[in-house]
Order: sequence, then C-alpha cells, then structure tokens
Amino acid sequence: MVQQILFILVSGAALGYAGYQFMKIRRNILLGQDEEIPLDRAQSWRNVLLVAFGQKKMFKRMIPAVLHFFIYAAFVITQIELIEIFIDGVFGVHRFFAPSLGGFYTFIISFIEILSVLAFIGTLIFLIRRNLLKIPRFVKSEMTGWPTLDANLILIFEIILLIGIFSMNGADMVLQQVDPAHYASTGNLAVSSWLGPALFGGLDQSSLVVVERFGWWLHISMVFVFLNYLPKSKHLHIILAFPNTFYAKQNSRGEMENMDSIMNEVKSMMGFDGATDAAEMPMDEELPEFGANDVLGLSWKNIMDAYSCTECGRCTSVCPANLTGKKLSPRKILMDIRDRADEIGKNLDSKSADFAQDKEKPLSKDNYDDGKSLFDYITREEIHACTTCNACVEACPVLINPLEPILKLRRYEILTESAGPSDWLPMFNSIENSGAVWSMPVDRDQWAKDAMAE
Amino acid sequence: MSDLKIKTMAEMAAEGKQAEILFWVGCAGSFDARAQKVTVALCKILNKVGIEFAILGSEESCTGDPARRAGNEFVFQMTALQNVMTLNMYEVKKIVTACPHCFNTIKNEYPALGGEYEVVHHSQLLQELIDQGRLKLTEGGAFEGKKITYHDSCYMGRVNGVYEAPRKVLEGLDNELVEMKRCRTKGLCCGAGGAQMFKEDEPGDKRINIDRAEEALETKAEIIAVNCPFCMTMMGDGVKAKEKQDDVMVYDLAELIVNNNKW
Repeated sequence: MVQQILFILVSGAALGYAGYQFMKIRRNILLGQDEEIPLDRAQSWRNVLLVAFGQKKMFKRMIPAVLHFFIYAAFVITQIELIEIFIDGVFGVHRFFAPSLGGFYTFIISFIEILSVLAFIGTLIFLIRRNLLKIPRFVKSEMTGWPTLDANLILIFEIILLIGIFSMNGADMVLQQVDPAHYASTGNLAVSSWLGPALFGGLDQSSLVVVERFGWWLHISMVFVFLNYLPKSKHLHIILAFPNTFYAKQNSRGEMENMDSIMNEVKSMMGFDGATDAAEMPMDEELPEFGANDVLGLSWKNIMDAYSCTECGRCTSVCPANLTGKKLSPRKILMDIRDRADEIGKNLDSKSADFAQDKEKPLSKDNYDDGKSLFDYITREEIHACTTCNACVEACPVLINPLEPILKLRRYEILTESAGPSDWLPMFNSIENSGAVWSMPVDRDQWAKDAMAE
Repeated sequence: MSDLKIKTMAEMAAEGKQAEILFWVGCAGSFDARAQKVTVALCKILNKVGIEFAILGSEESCTGDPARRAGNEFVFQMTALQNVMTLNMYEVKKIVTACPHCFNTIKNEYPALGGEYEVVHHSQLLQELIDQGRLKLTEGGAFEGKKITYHDSCYMGRVNGVYEAPRKVLEGLDNELVEMKRCRTKGLCCGAGGAQMFKEDEPGDKRINIDRAEEALETKAEIIAVNCPFCMTMMGDGVKAKEKQDDVMVYDLAELIVNNNKW
C-alpha cells in the first residue's frame, strides 16, 4: 500500500513536471515564425517510418549504426515492460501480464533482456568511443563542457537503467523458486534465468525481496529521471526525430525560399504588370527586416531542427569549411539556435519588463528585446565560410537542415544591415549593372563570334 | 573560318524559326577563358548531332545564384526576373546549360518567379544523346585505357541527385574510371559554391580546393573530369598549387567527347 501511494505520487510528479517542461519546448519552438510547409503526407510518413523509425540514414556509417540500433531497439521494446511496471505500481500487483500471457510473456521479456544485453554492450563501446578513442567529431570545440557531460550522462543513465532491469528480473527468477505463491512463474527468461542465480543465488529470501524491489524502483526512477532530463539534453532527439522527419521539407534542396516581398518590390520597380505599386506601400512604418538575426526571425521548423539535434557531428565531419580549419561547424549553428531559444524562453518566463521592447506593454515574443541576437552566438566568420554544398543536409540522420538558418543570417546581414564581406560588392554591382558576375569589357557572346571566326 | 554555327534567339526569331533547345551559357561559360572552351565544345557537339540550338547572347544575364546565396535577394530578383521575362518572351521550353549553378537556379528557383522550363544539364543531355545513338563516341580515342577520376559538383550531385549521367558519359570513353574516396553523396565540395568563388577564404588551415585536388591526385588519374565551370577553376588551381599541371589535366565532359572524336 505504501509503495502504491509512493508510486502514484512519484509518477504523478515526474510526469507532471516532464509535461510542463515539454510545453516549454513547444513554446520555444513556436517562438519562430509561422511557416506553412507543403507536404505530401505519404512522403512524410515514409520519412518517419524509414528515417526516424528505421534509422535509414544512420546506416551510412555501419559501426555506430549497429550499436545505436541496439540501444534504440532495447529502448523501444522496453516500453512494453514499462506498461506492466505501471500497472503493477498503481494496483500493487506483481507481473500482471505473466499468468495470462504465459509463454508469450517469457518470449517478450526474454527478447527485451537480449536487446538489453546488446544495448549494454553498445553503451560501453559508445563510452569508450567518446572518452578513450576520442573520435574527432566528439571532441570539436563546441563539444567542450556541458555537451560532452550530457553525452556521457545519457550513457551512464542507460547503464543504470539496465542494472535496474537485470536486478529486478534476476532476483525474481530466484524468488520464483523459493516463494512460488507470491512470485508467478515467468518461465525461463533468456538472460536472468542464469544471471539471477549466478548473482543472487546465495541470498536469503528477505534480501532477494529487497534486491527485486531495488531493481524495480531503480528502473522506474531512472525512467522518470530520463524523461525529465530529456528537455535539457541533446537526447531529446528520441522524441523529436519523429515530428522532425515528418515536417522535413520535401521540395528540391536547391530551392532557396523565395522572398515574395522583395520580388514584388523589384517587379514594381521594373514596371511589371500586376505588381503592387511601391507608392501604395506605407512609407512611415519601420523599415522591414529581411532574413533573420535571431531565433524569432527563423521559422519554427528551424528551431525544431535545433531541438532535434543530438550533436552527433556527422554534419560537421563532412563540412568542407570545417575540414579545412574554418570556424564554421553546422552542428554548432544548431546548438547555438537551441541555446538562444532556451535563453529567450527563460527570459519570457521571468516576465521582467527588462526584456520588453516597449516597456509599457506586457512582455511577449512580439514585444521582446534583450539587447542580444543570434549574432552574439554565431559569428559572421562562421556564416561567411559556408559553400552551400549541402553535405551537412545530406549527412543528418534526422533530416535537419543546417544550411537554411545560415542563409537566413546571411540575408539579414546583407539586406537589413547592408553589411557582409566587402569582396562580394563588386559581384553584386556587376550583376546589377552589367548582368554578369564579372564586369567585362567584351560582349557576352564575344566567345561565339571568336569561335566562328577561327 | 570554322564550320561552327551558333545563333542567338533573336537571330532565330528573325528567321521565323524556333530553336529546339536554348543553350544557357552562363557568366563563366561566356567570360572565363577556360570555361569558354567548354562552351565551344558543347556547341560543336550540338552542331555535330544536328540539334538546332540557340543562345541568348547579350540578352542573357547572370541567373543570380551567387547573389542569392550570398544573401542579396534584391540583386537576385532583379537579374532573375529579367531573365524570366526574356525566356518567356521567346517562349523557351527546353534549356541546356553546362553550369550546375545556372541549372539549379533556373530549374528549381525560377518557377516561383513565373519561369517554368524543362532544364537539363549538359551531362544529362550528352548521356541521353549517347543512349539514343545520336552521339557516337569514336572507339580507340585519345582516352582509351587512361585513368580518369570524376569530381561530383555539389549542385548536380547532392543538390539535384544527378550522379550517374556524367559517369555513364565517361564510361563510353573506354577509360578506366577511378573514384575518389569521397564521391557521389559524400563528394567533397571544390570550395566555390555559396558565392565563395567571389571572396577570399575565411581564416583556416587549408584551402578546400587544395584538399580536393590532393584527393584527386591520390587516385593517380591522369585526368580529372568535372561538370561545372567553378569546379574547373578550383580543381585547376589546386592541381597547379601541387605543381602537377603538366601531368594531370582538368577537363569538362564536353571537352573529353570533342577530344575523343577529334572534332
């Protein structure tokens, strides 16, 4: 009874606080601009199924893909056991499904156990890769401090979780022999049928009960810790990978978003039919901002991309700029966007008028100015180094597009600030004045005349 | 006088004729001395297979790709809208270009500006002509048995998913195609895209084109085949920086065909 009440209280608090945190993430994602993404639903579901659920893009690198798949499969399948843990916890019963499912129960739990062993191996190798082998993409400058700790914490949590499962099942296997009246037969579980007796075979019954309860509580507590840790961690990808692949843009990678306002203005300048007359546009309003200098100017999808990023660094490891020692790292761009969105979210929560643009009005995302921007996180040098080669876009296992925010920042710099690399000015001027990227003293088709005259 | 026939859309219109295909030359193809050779090579091929093509000549402007990717939407819209107007005026249906950046912008970005055309890159057109038997490659040509490596341009490869057409064209030349470690979806950029061509590099330890040229040289290929005028410049500079310009040549697919057939 005490355990039941405790369980209900703990799970209520854990789920409630997790829900509260997830709502904040949602709010932070919606700090971005509205954007209608045209989607072919069938293609969206295919992406979810193949890319998120099936991890298709992970398999470009075999070793991490297989190890990651062990941990992922164990995680997904363990959710079945979690249902039972919940029922047992709330109703004060023990292994609720065991009697009714019989042999199928043995199969399911054995399956979970085998995957858990594989996940254990995967986790250990991942810890070794990160901390001993120091795979280059894990030790780049943006990984210093919290990101590295975060990555290790998740792996350690995973190990604790597995210790919980095997203590629980192992002790249960032994208890089924000594106290069959209270411990319903689960059949011989694949791993704990030998691991249990090997580890706990010598213990007396009361100690076994303690071990079993310890394992049970350790497992479920770790699940709750995990759930509440996710919103602060790169590990959030286990949830956001699904919506992120669903909403991934399906148009050609080569198509940059058309800026209709500028197109219409240029059309009217050039005297095109049907263009809005520039003179009719209100002139007394503030100058419009083009591109983005902050997460508020990015789209909600760009921010969801940032929260979906698990900092694996596949993008950075193929970025030609990063490979040749430039400061640009696509992963850092995503991490910066997330950090900045978190910061704005936190400031909005403070309700402090310090962060309001118009101090008279209540603080909101539309009335927000903390004197900072994304350019306090991402330097000009970084965005100037991008070759738009799309290697980062190709590399991302969860269909994040790191290129889009980079290009929006460039647009802000050039269009709103009239800044940017001065090297580009002759190119802009030349296109504007002579219709070519270089100003040349000859006709555009001089080559043809020369070739025919040869 | 060569027997080359290159007409402009205006000349064709004056004759009351409609070109089968418009050859979009691009800025590099028009003004860059090295890329001009590719332009002429493609014209020769089109003449030989009897495709009635035309160019826009002085009516062509930059597609706006580098301006747009640098962030300058105003300049992009100005030049792009001008082009769309010209193309629509001539009622252009099909376009071929030897520049992946022009290809991408016209194919993927002009539709939003009211310009819808069938756009092919010359590597695709060449493959099609070979498949149809209209373009025959002389056997025992200059490249038989030679080692060639192919550098994927980002804008044909990753951006538009065209990996096989250029390789098929190369296969027809009876040479030994050797791949670089990073090829197809993993192909390394030459360093020119995203308007990098028009500015100095950001500080770093190495230039991207040097890295790529080193990789190409590691294959021991005698020829580096490219399909983009900017890749051509970058790879050429990279090979020169490694002082291999006398041993290793950088050619476009169209040039390889013209040389093979001794046209």
